[in-house]
Amino acid sequence: MSATPTLETRDLTIRFGGHVAVNAVSCAFQPGTLTAIVGPNGAGKTTYFNLISGQLKSTSGQVLLHGEDVTGLTASSRTKRGMGRAFQLTNLFPNLTVMENVRLAVQSRAGAGLQLLQLWSHRRDLIEKADSLLEQVRLLDKRNATAGALPHGDQRKLEVALLLALEPDVFMFDEPTAGMSVDEVPTILDLIQAIKARGDKTVLLVEHKMDVVRSLADRIIVLHNGQLVADGEPAAVIASPVVQQAYLGLPPEGSAAA
Amino acid sequence: MLPNNPIHSLLSGDYPRSRVLGALLFVVLICLAFAPFLFPGSQPLNVAAKICVFIILVASYDLLLGYTGIVSFAHTMFYGIGGYGVAIAMYNFSPSWTALGVGVIVALVLAILLALLIGLFSLRVRAIFFAMITLAVASAFAILASQLNEITGGEDGRSYRIPEMLRPAFRLFDEPVMGVMINGRILTYYLIFFSALLLFLLALRVVNSPFGRVLQAIRENDFRAEALGYRVVVYRSIANCLSAGMATLAGVLMALWLRYTGPDTTLSFAIMIDILLMVVIGGMGTLYGAVLGAAIFILAQNYLQVLMGQFSGMLESAGIPLLPGLFHADRWLLWLGILFVLSVYFFPVGIVGKLRQMRK
Repeated sequence: MSATPTLETRDLTIRFGGHVAVNAVSCAFQPGTLTAIVGPNGAGKTTYFNLISGQLKSTSGQVLLHGEDVTGLTASSRTKRGMGRAFQLTNLFPNLTVMENVRLAVQSRAGAGLQLLQLWSHRRDLIEKADSLLEQVRLLDKRNATAGALPHGDQRKLEVALLLALEPDVFMFDEPTAGMSVDEVPTILDLIQAIKARGDKTVLLVEHKMDVVRSLADRIIVLHNGQLVADGEPAAVIASPVVQQAYLGLPPEGSAAA
Repeated sequence: MLPNNPIHSLLSGDYPRSRVLGALLFVVLICLAFAPFLFPGSQPLNVAAKICVFIILVASYDLLLGYTGIVSFAHTMFYGIGGYGVAIAMYNFSPSWTALGVGVIVALVLAILLALLIGLFSLRVRAIFFAMITLAVASAFAILASQLNEITGGEDGRSYRIPEMLRPAFRLFDEPVMGVMINGRILTYYLIFFSALLLFLLALRVVNSPFGRVLQAIRENDFRAEALGYRVVVYRSIANCLSAGMATLAGVLMALWLRYTGPDTTLSFAIMIDILLMVVIGGMGTLYGAVLGAAIFILAQNYLQVLMGQFSGMLESAGIPLLPGLFHADRWLLWLGILFVLSVYFFPVGIVGKLRQMRK
């Protein structure tokens, strides 16, 4: 591991009463890599994401972005510093149009939110940018539909478009393809592949589908009961006994299914 | 329409989007613009001025409630600050333009600071907490205004003289224009009308700016807005200050019209409820709702009683039993209540929302 990692967590911990949801997780993420985070339901994957992006405040430990401690910062300040997050449960602006949803993200990136007297419709640059993002996720034909009325798969795509619009340094995808129909999945996977191929972005991916993980990830980390139990090359991690047991719930010997 | 024509700029690209709505708004605009000539007499002009002021008051409230999703009960407090700003400047100093200007500026600064303070203390946390805080602060302010006899005139309020040009005795021309003598009263009306028009167009611009879209995003999903990099508390605070400033100016205009400021005309909770009703009747989340809500409500408030009295008289002279009593002029509040219930029942999205739905 060479230069400063884009993102690092040090002993990151959160306790809810007596339950330790994320327990002293230390991990660094380098630019140009895609790390898959796997683990059974309730292992603390989404909570770990929430701690990194600032939706939850950690009980102890640190989050470093570009080597700088951001543990005390709000979610919005972390976003401004290059953290980007797509949510597991679709989390949009339901009564605004698809276009307006994306444009809000584009506008945040452009720092235009505090313009009070300019007409939004005069910001052609923002609108064109939003259109090109909608094109990328194949939603351009639905740009004037209300976000809340979209089918589930399209809402997931819109969620991804909002993340792309932020142009972050760290992309955090929380099960981006969950609930999508089979023919929609490749669009999203291609986009993630393209982000990784740029070489300067750090991608974190929570994903249950092992074939997706195998094809995309450079590295897998495994969370179990809030602890980091395995970390390494995909093939090695998947084959390791601890993963077979923790993640697949199988005894170490019965490793036929993956 | 082309994005660069003047109407597009004036309306900030926010068209009525319904032919009926457009026509209604046009009628309201024409009636208000030519009120002194179309409806001579002091009572109609009084109603027209009140409509202008309430359009601004209701629009500024909708900026909070309908656009940002914040419930505030302190709106009459800011309205009152504007009123007392004028009253104190005119009564304690002199009925001059300078005193008026100073009074308005002091009132605006005070209102915005107070809004900022309330916002910073309570807008970070849950919306209900903000509502409770505003209720408490507004009650405290109302008590303060009625107790500080020396400054505010207490429960009696203050009657005062305003700059000479705006007094009824002032004549702009020696001859009447279109049969109407242009006196200070009419000049005051036009000061109110054009200020209201300007403030309304300004508000329309703000809600259609990039900033306005963030407010809507916060109303829809504040958690997500924060995750997109918008500091929600900052946006809510700015909206709160803007709204307070507009309400203050509405209070200033009303104080100039009435030449009297007292607790009942500015700070009373009844006005707060009227504002809420106007927002709901007109339609939340659209500034055009404020225009229709204010116009309909104030017309009903002022003319329902008269109309009912006449109707009751007609029924009585026709010899119909029971009904004349039901429509007696004293029952007007009952009918206003029924009208309100019906309008909420049939137009849950307000009149503007309903008209726009019909078009689809």
